[in-house]
Amino acid sequence: MSQSGTDKTEEKTANALASHRRDKLRGSESRMNTDRWFRRICVMVAAVSVIILLFLLGSIIQQGVPSLSTTLLTGTPEPDPSQAGAWPAIAGTIWVCSICALVTLPVGIGTALLIEEFKPRSRWGSRIFSLIQLNISNLAGVPSVVYGILGLTAFVSMFSLFGVDKNGIQGFEVGAKYFDQFTNLASDPFLSMGMEGVEERYFLAPVADRADPPTIPKQGMTIFEYQNDQLNPVKISVVGPEDLPPTDPVELSLAIDANALPGRISEKAWYYFRLPFGRGVLSGALTLMLVILPVIIISSQEALRSVPSSLRDGARGLGATPWQVIWNITLPAAAPGIMTGSILAMSRAIGETAPILIIAGIVYIRNAPHHLMDSYTVLPLQIYNWTSRPQEEFHSIAAAGIVVLLGILLSFNAIAVILRHRMQNKIN
Amino acid sequence: MSQPVAVPDPTKIALESRAKSLLNRPRRRLAATRFSEIGIYVALICCGLFSLLITVSIIGVLLTETTRFFQFDEVTLSNFLGSAEWTPNLGEPKSFGIWGLISGTLLVTGIAMAFALPLGLVTAIYLSEYAPRQIRNFLKPILEVLAGIPTVVYGFFALMTITPFLQWVHEGFNVYNAMSAGLAVGILCFPTVCSLAEDALQSVPKTLRDGALGLGGTRFDATVKVILPAALSGIISAFLLAVARAIGETMIVALAAGSRPQATLDPRNEIQTMTGFMVQMAGGDVSNFGTEYFSMYAVAFTLFLITLALTMMGNVVRGRFRETYE
Repeated sequence: MSQSGTDKTEEKTANALASHRRDKLRGSESRMNTDRWFRRICVMVAAVSVIILLFLLGSIIQQGVPSLSTTLLTGTPEPDPSQAGAWPAIAGTIWVCSICALVTLPVGIGTALLIEEFKPRSRWGSRIFSLIQLNISNLAGVPSVVYGILGLTAFVSMFSLFGVDKNGIQGFEVGAKYFDQFTNLASDPFLSMGMEGVEERYFLAPVADRADPPTIPKQGMTIFEYQNDQLNPVKISVVGPEDLPPTDPVELSLAIDANALPGRISEKAWYYFRLPFGRGVLSGALTLMLVILPVIIISSQEALRSVPSSLRDGARGLGATPWQVIWNITLPAAAPGIMTGSILAMSRAIGETAPILIIAGIVYIRNAPHHLMDSYTVLPLQIYNWTSRPQEEFHSIAAAGIVVLLGILLSFNAIAVILRHRMQNKIN
Repeated sequence: MSQPVAVPDPTKIALESRAKSLLNRPRRRLAATRFSEIGIYVALICCGLFSLLITVSIIGVLLTETTRFFQFDEVTLSNFLGSAEWTPNLGEPKSFGIWGLISGTLLVTGIAMAFALPLGLVTAIYLSEYAPRQIRNFLKPILEVLAGIPTVVYGFFALMTITPFLQWVHEGFNVYNAMSAGLAVGILCFPTVCSLAEDALQSVPKTLRDGALGLGGTRFDATVKVILPAALSGIISAFLLAVARAIGETMIVALAAGSRPQATLDPRNEIQTMTGFMVQMAGGDVSNFGTEYFSMYAVAFTLFLITLALTMMGNVVRGRFRETYE
């Protein structure tokens, strides 16, 4: 009896165990199902990013490729959409970004070197260092439009330190020549009426100082005219209010009115420089520098951190000074990483629009910049300009501009990827 | 044993001559080396201080110009902080209520985050926990390309593709609307959220993951019950940084969101964000000395404070997280 009793209890426990195990298995089944479903959701969501990219590129290419032409690359932004081109914007991008790279790279890599390679020993030093580090990570989060506002105040108008008056004469400048421009009498259709061989001509009288009052025309004054891109002296006659204008067409074309009011124009050399910088290329480059400096610092820091410290210790053991260690060992070893980060930062600078829009405004630029203070526009800004116009034709030109911009950026990214690949191979 | 004496080893000769030339080379004096070392050190310190100078000048510029803004007679602090009516360009009396712009910013940011946060987090979990290697190698460059596309391109996409699509779905959408700008900002923030969250997930020690799997958990169990809680602070910091980025986003809202500041929750409406207002001011022909010009600085200061607070919070949260595992 007792035997069968234990059998029964054993049977019961076995049954209970089995059912428990079944329950558990059922539980694991449902958990497996959840896992399976979650994996499916994951795949779908991940596919979303691919779809978005394809859709984005597809819609832009579909709109932009028909308008891609050599006019777009070499032309000026004409009001007629079929003639419009982006050459001044492309040239402006090249100017601004190369100056920006020249200024930013030394400062950015220098800061990274300071933080990574010169660890301070004193307590105050380490406090300042951690402050700099915290500051850099905060700067990386500042919206670029705020940097634009800073650039507008600090570079364009230089805190109005140089003062502003109503003529816009301010600050100090080097490399500009000023002229007063007169037009001849022939530009008055009433005087040249019916006369053959009289054309409009412009004469330039040099001005000593920008703030001088307008030149008063005088007989025998030194005056120049542009002929074949050169300033040639000419002899002009001044016709007073009482005098009769000359009847000979050649003489008439060389005559100017004694009461004529000249227009002040300027000729700027390639080295033209002024303070404050104004809405010129240099302001744009320095503002972009503020935007990408934290990016370059952070990526250079990462590259420097990945250099094994045994290399440094070896060099130090051989008696190298700190800078000799950096220059001969650390920098060459970290160079590919630093270059990758810098290229990516530069591609960000090329695409950055908001700060440039704030400091340069929307202006109509027909020429590539000629000096550091020249007004300019950049490719993304030109795209913004075209996109915000109501006409459909400009939208397809904007799309074509985007294709060009994306082409530049993708080639930058490709270079960065190749560099990174090489670096990984080398370390392996 | 005859030693070969006659034939000298060419490499040895080269080495000897090299050593001789090294020894004969005029050595720079120690003092000169020390001097240049100190010079370089000072130059590097100047570079480091430059970044501090940037912060100081941002705060300085924004503070002084904002005070100048509040010195105008038509501007009061109570109006600025207490009103949602932002009409600096429309006749008299002008109203400068910052909430009119902040509400637009929040609407766009809300839409963007509703899109980017869940998608970004799920993609990050997929990349970190589930995806086989080939898919990782395929998806990561795509995310990098998405992250590298300039914002003006997203603006174009929003205005030319998303808006017509929304109008096709529902006719109530304005030409400029918050929804399309918000979606584009969401696409822009998606790679940011994804890569930051993936970093956080990846830095959870492998032992935790293996432990959970070893106890019989599925990948989903391991992810939800072990890895996500362990990576939580990193993920929160990723979210905060993404929100800061969305708030500061400029070109998309300038192109697609419109230029009528109003406090509304309807995503079909035209709105204006803080950044959008700044672009409008800079692009238009506003005199450099009017109230509306200086209002740009007040808006910039507000924007700067908000994003700075979010970024600092994000960095602090992430800093705590790093201490736990490294």
